Amino acid sequence: MNQLPMVDARGIHKSFGSNEVLKGIDLTVNRGEVLCLLGPSGSGKSTFLRCINHLETISGGRLFVDGELIGFHERDGVLYEMKPTDIAQQRREIGMVFQRFNLFPHLTALENVIEAPMGVKGLSKEQAVSKAREVLASVGLAEKADAYPSQLSGGQQQRVAIARALAMEPKLMLFDEPTSALDPELVGDVLDVMRKLAQSGMTMIVVTHEMGFAREVADQVVFMDQGVVVEAGAPSEVLDNPKNARTQAFLRSVI
Amino acid sequence: MSKKTNDEIVVVPLRHPWRWVSAGLLVLVLGAFVYSLWASPNINHSIIDQYLFSPKVMMAAVLTVVLTIVAMFFGTVLAIIFAVMNLSKNPVLRWVAKGYVGFFRGTPLLLQIVFWGYLGIIYPRIEVIVPFTDIVLFSEATSNVFTAIVAGLIALSLNEGAYAAEIVRAGILSVDSGQAEAAKSLGMSSGYTLRRIVLPQAMRVIIPPMGNEFISMLKSTSLLQVVAVMELYARTSQISSQNLAQVELLVVAGFWYLVMTGILSIPQSYLEKKFGRGFNPAEQKSRWLKFSAKVNA
Repeated sequence: MNQLPMVDARGIHKSFGSNEVLKGIDLTVNRGEVLCLLGPSGSGKSTFLRCINHLETISGGRLFVDGELIGFHERDGVLYEMKPTDIAQQRREIGMVFQRFNLFPHLTALENVIEAPMGVKGLSKEQAVSKAREVLASVGLAEKADAYPSQLSGGQQQRVAIARALAMEPKLMLFDEPTSALDPELVGDVLDVMRKLAQSGMTMIVVTHEMGFAREVADQVVFMDQGVVVEAGAPSEVLDNPKNARTQAFLRSVI
Repeated sequence: MSKKTNDEIVVVPLRHPWRWVSAGLLVLVLGAFVYSLWASPNINHSIIDQYLFSPKVMMAAVLTVVLTIVAMFFGTVLAIIFAVMNLSKNPVLRWVAKGYVGFFRGTPLLLQIVFWGYLGIIYPRIEVIVPFTDIVLFSEATSNVFTAIVAGLIALSLNEGAYAAEIVRAGILSVDSGQAEAAKSLGMSSGYTLRRIVLPQAMRVIIPPMGNEFISMLKSTSLLQVVAVMELYARTSQISSQNLAQVELLVVAGFWYLVMTGILSIPQSYLEKKFGRGFNPAEQKSRWLKFSAKVNA
């Protein structure tokens, strides 16, 4: 068994101009683990998530996914920027789900799901379609394969987006507030899919405000504020017995 | 009409007498004008009949269509290249694209056409030589390579490229940045993302103004008369300079321009439907439903 952690972040810094958004984040996520990132808006949790698949370039530290340095080659202590094709190669193995779904509106649900496996991985159409039908069924949308995103509810769109990411067979899934743009009655379906995914052993990092989900599914909860990790640990520690005053204040405000 | 139920109120609609008066006046004035043209002793109908479907005129009309399509094709290719350059992170590419657009939008098309016609004065011969040797791969007088038609097509394509580049750029910018981000997160390269994700969505915004450009281009080909390309306008004005029936041949040319612009408008609605797929599918259907509902009402 490979004992390397799936995600190993060491002293991650990120600045936008003079605005330092991440001020040294250290955390590790082991294989099959679910980590929930909590924190007030502007705490840097989404930015950190976007650094993991190099949608944002980090300004300091080292970020490893499955033992591989993300975004850079390191030789003799010198960091070299990676070629776009190498970065794309790394991203194929990291699925991402966005707050606003970002489905391709000109493609049907099925076409959304097969686009990257065919165009990026080079799967044949039959292979891609059968894989797509499998993942669409796993998110409970087998019968919506031919619907366009505009014909689907927000919850259904988000489940198609999850299916689209899963079709690439990633080893890590990133969720950026996946239920924040949904009507309250649609949140449950999306969380069910994510719960099932966690049970199947997928390694997941979830930025969320769903405390119930975090308590039930997370192996590790990390509370971030103003660009630093304030408190981290098992849900029972962080959510039920927070030691830090900022964590306590945040949890009071959301419950 | 639906059956009257008890709670439906009966209303006498408001009358609009002035609508009838203004409509009647307008029809009268237009009718009088058209009749005066038709009945004018100064317009010889037999000349119009003679040339309307004459092979000479129809061949010229075909040439006009070919010129339009070829110039639009190269113009669109240039437009996509320059639009992408304009959005690039490389400042030199960006400024070259801006300069191109500024230059070709900033000078009259007529001037550009004449300029390309005179290219032979600046470069009398065109030669391809292997660098640092005397081996000549290709050598020809400029006037043999840049014939009137080639010069005209270059002028029209380059000019169109400048206008269409702005249309394409606007189309690309209209696509939500989340689309490119989702594509990136799936491991797509930037070229693939542009081709498969961004441009197909941008087309929805690009096509209506490009339809305009197409029709405008069809009419701009008439400017090639100045470099003696025998398109529709040049041909009819050549005929009228011999038989002195200027107005009659303008009617002939005008008729064919209207027919051609009418036909060229048809593919636009097809393309709009094609690239509009997925965007408000309910809306697309309802346009027809609304129409049939109106007819049935």
